[in-house]
Amino acid sequence: MLELRINGGTYEVDPPVGQTLAETLRGDLGLTGTKIACAEGHCGACTVQLDGVPTLSCITLVHTVGDREVTTIEGLRDHPLVDAFVRADALQCGFCTPGQIVSAAALVEAEPELTPERVRHAMAGNLCRCGAYPRIEEAILTWRD
Amino acid sequence: MARLIRTEKEVEGTYTEQWVVVEGEDEALDQWPQGPRAVVGTPARRQDGHQRARGEAQYTADVQLPGTLHAAVLRSPFAHARARVDLSRARAAGWVRGAIGPGDCHVLQEEPSFHGAPVAAVAADSRREARAALELIDVEWEELEPLLDPEEAVKRESFVDETRRYSRGDVDAGFAEADVIVEGEFRTQVVLHNALETHQAVCRWEGETLEVYTSTQFIWGVRDSISNQLGLPPDRVRVVCNYMGGGFGAKNSPGDHTYIAIALAGQTGRPVHCALTRREENLAAGNRNATIQRLRAGARSDGTLVALDGEYVNAIGWAGFNGPTFGPMEMLYACENVRTVTYGAKLNLPPNAAFRAPGFVEGTFGLECLLDELAGRLELDPLELRRRNHADKDLVDDRPFSSKNLLECYERAEPHWARRDEVRARSEGPWRRGVGLASQIWYGGGGPPSYAWVRVGADARATVVTAMQDIGTGTRTAMAQIAAEELGLPLDRVRCELGDSARGPYASISAGSSTTPSMGPAVRAAAADAARQLLEIAAQRFQVEEHVLSLRDGQIVSADGGSWPLEEITGLLEDAQILGKGARGPNPAGMRVLTFGIQVAEVAVDVETGEVKVERIAAIHDVGRVINPLGARSQVEGGIIQGIGHTLSEERLVDPATGRVLTQTLDAYKLPTIADVPEIVTELLDIPDEQLTNLGSKGLGEPPIVPTAAAIVNAIRDATGAEVHELPVSRETMLRALAEAREREAARGAPAAV
Repeated sequence: MLELRINGGTYEVDPPVGQTLAETLRGDLGLTGTKIACAEGHCGACTVQLDGVPTLSCITLVHTVGDREVTTIEGLRDHPLVDAFVRADALQCGFCTPGQIVSAAALVEAEPELTPERVRHAMAGNLCRCGAYPRIEEAILTWRD
Repeated sequence: MARLIRTEKEVEGTYTEQWVVVEGEDEALDQWPQGPRAVVGTPARRQDGHQRARGEAQYTADVQLPGTLHAAVLRSPFAHARARVDLSRARAAGWVRGAIGPGDCHVLQEEPSFHGAPVAAVAADSRREARAALELIDVEWEELEPLLDPEEAVKRESFVDETRRYSRGDVDAGFAEADVIVEGEFRTQVVLHNALETHQAVCRWEGETLEVYTSTQFIWGVRDSISNQLGLPPDRVRVVCNYMGGGFGAKNSPGDHTYIAIALAGQTGRPVHCALTRREENLAAGNRNATIQRLRAGARSDGTLVALDGEYVNAIGWAGFNGPTFGPMEMLYACENVRTVTYGAKLNLPPNAAFRAPGFVEGTFGLECLLDELAGRLELDPLELRRRNHADKDLVDDRPFSSKNLLECYERAEPHWARRDEVRARSEGPWRRGVGLASQIWYGGGGPPSYAWVRVGADARATVVTAMQDIGTGTRTAMAQIAAEELGLPLDRVRCELGDSARGPYASISAGSSTTPSMGPAVRAAAADAARQLLEIAAQRFQVEEHVLSLRDGQIVSADGGSWPLEEITGLLEDAQILGKGARGPNPAGMRVLTFGIQVAEVAVDVETGEVKVERIAAIHDVGRVINPLGARSQVEGGIIQGIGHTLSEERLVDPATGRVLTQTLDAYKLPTIADVPEIVTELLDIPDEQLTNLGSKGLGEPPIVPTAAAIVNAIRDATGAEVHELPVSRETMLRALAEAREREAARGAPAAV
C-alpha cells in the first residue's frame, strides 16, 4: 500500500509494481486531467509537478514518488494561467493543454520575469500538434494580466 | 413548403450530387452585410476553453465505463506475410477475458499486407494485462515478398484504383509555342498525423443499441459505416464524441480499432476500450502518402503559361485515398493546355488517410516551386508571373467561381514581398536570407445535409443542439456566435451542445474545411426560425405589427423606438420553450466554390551546415466571412506550423529492404516544438461569398497548410540559389542542393552565389 500526497490531499493506492504515476492518477484515482499521449516521455502531455518540479508522469514509476507532493492539473484549476490560456486562445483540441499549464505553472513560479526566448526554451518539451504555440507563448508572457 | 432538389457537394476534392430538402425559411435569409457584427466577426473565447484547459473535458481516452475491459492488438511485424493464428492458449487463460483472430472480425487479416496490420486482439481487465496476453497468442508467420517501391508498383500496375488521366486543350502544341520550358521531378515524403489523442474507441452493447464513444471527425459517418458493416438499423448505433484530441484527417472513419472493440464487446458482454499506443498510431493510423511528381511548364516570354504537364505517382500504401495531387496544376492558373496523369501505387506499406488538404499540399509544393524556377528563367517577378496567369473562371468545368479574391490577396501580399531586399541584406557569415511566396487554392465550400435545432427558454438564453463534433477547431463557439447574432443575444447567453448522434440531428463531417460552411448556415436558419416565433409572440403581446420588431442586445426593439428585454416575452413561457429548426441549403448551382490565398516566407539558410530557419511567414487567405477572428487566427497559425514540420523535419522512415516502419516514437519522428515557430502574420480578407449560403463563409482548416512548403522552398532558392526538389529539407538535402547549385554556376562559368 502506498500513500500519495496529491494536490494537498492524501490517497491510498495499491498499484502493481511497474505501474506509472500517470496510470495511477488516471486509472486508480480518476484524475483524468493528466493525459497520456505517448507513454514514453517524449511529448509532455502527462506533465505533473513533484515538489514543484515538472515531471513526466508516464515514465515515473509510482513506487518512486515517495512523500513528494504531486501537483496535477486538478490542483491548478484556479491558477491564473488557465484564464490566460483561454484569453490568448492557447489551445485548440486541448489534449496537450493540461500538461502545458502544469509545465508553465512551474516556470512562472521559478522565473517571475520571463522573456519570449526563455519561454520557448523552457516549453520545448511540451508538444502541441494543433500548433497553438504562438498563443501559448503569449499566454505565459501575459498570465498576470 | 419543403422542396426536394439536387445539389452538388464536395469533400476533400471529391464531388457528389445528392438530394436535399430545402424549406422556404432557409432561402429567405439574406446574408448579413460585410464586416464585424455584434457577435459574428468579433473575437470570441472558446466556449469550452476552461473545460479543456483544466483537464475537465472528457475525451474518449478518459471515458471509464463500469466494467470496462481493455484491448490490445497483435500486429504484423512484417510488411507482407501469412499468419496462422492459434488463440487456444489465450482463450484457456482465465484472466484473458476475450480473444479474437481472423474470422472473428473483418479487420483482422490472415494475410497481413503491411507492417502493423491487425491480426488478432485480446481483452483483459487492464491495458497492462491485455498487452501481456498478446504473448499467449501463437502465430506461425510465413514471410512474403513485399512490394515497396512506388515506381515498381506503377510498372507492375499495382494500383489502389483506376489511373486518372486528364487533359484540356493541346498540350504538345502549347509546348511548341513556349519561349521557355522548365521541368523537374519533385518528391514529397510520408508524414504522420500524430494527433495527441491516439485513435481509440470504447464500445458497449446496451440492449439492442451499440454505444460507440470514439475520437472522431465524423459522428454520423462512423454511425453509418458501423450500421452497414454490422447490418444494424442506423439509429441502433449511438456515436458519442464530446471532446476530441485532434484528427487532421485521420479520424474520418471508424477504423480497425473500433471494429476490434465492437467484436470484443460482443464476445465478452462488457464495454471494451481499444486505444492505439503511440507506436501503433505511427504504424497503422494513416499518413500523408509520399509522392513523385514529374512536372513541366511552358510559357511565352511575357509569362503567359501555354502548357502544363504533370505525372503524379501517389505512393498510397496498401489501401486508402488517392488524393488530388493533380489539383493545383489543373485549377490554380489560367492555362488552356493542361495534361495530368495520376497513379495510386498500391504497396505493402501502411494505408494512407486524408491529411489536411490531401494532394493539394503535395501538388502545390511541386507546381509552385516549378513556377518560381520559371519566373527565374523569364526574369520575371514571381508575384507578377502569378498575377499574369490569374484564372478568372474555373477552367476544369468552365464554371464561374462563386467568389474569388485572389488578386486582392496578391495586393495585400505586396508589403510582405517588398521586404525581400531588406531581408537579403541581413545575410551575414554563413547565414543567407531570402523571401519566397506561393499561391493557394483548395476547396472548402461544404454542403448539405446538415441540421441544427435552437431552443430558447424562459430565461431568454438559447441552446444550439446539433450532433456535430468539435475537433479542436472551435466549432462550439462559432455555432454559438452565429445563433447569438441571429437572436440578438450576447454570446454569453448562447451555448452549443453537440457530440452525440442520439441527441441531435444529422451534422456534417469535420474534414475538408467544411464544418463552418456546412453547419453555420443550418444554425443560422434554426436561430432565425426561433427569432421569427419570438417576434410573432412579441407582436401579439405588445400589440404592434410584427414587421416593426427586431432582436438586438437581448432586447425586442421596435422601429418606433420602444424596446423590451427579451425576458418579458420568454418569461411568459415558464417551462414552455421556443424551438427553431434549420437546414443547410443547397450550394450555388453551376459554380465552383473554392478558397484562395498566398503566403510569403522569410528564411535563413546556414550554407555551411545546411540548417534552415523559417523566420517569418505572412499568410493572406480568402475564405469568405470570418465568424471568429480569434479562433481563425489560431487555425492559420496551426496550419502553418504543421506545414513547417512537413517542410523541414517530419518524415516517416521505412527500412527499404523489409518495409518496416522505423519512426514509431515522437522521439524519432520530429514534430515542430514551440522553439521552431517563426513570426506569423495572419490576414484574412473577410469578404462574404455572396453566392454561398446565408452566411458567405467558407472553411479555413486546410488552406493555411497548402502553400507553406512551396513558399519556404522558394525562399531557400531566393536566399541561396539552391533548387530543392524534395521534402523534408533535411540538412543533408540542403547541402546536396547547395552543392548542385555551385556546380550549375561553375558550369555556366559564373561566380558561385554561395
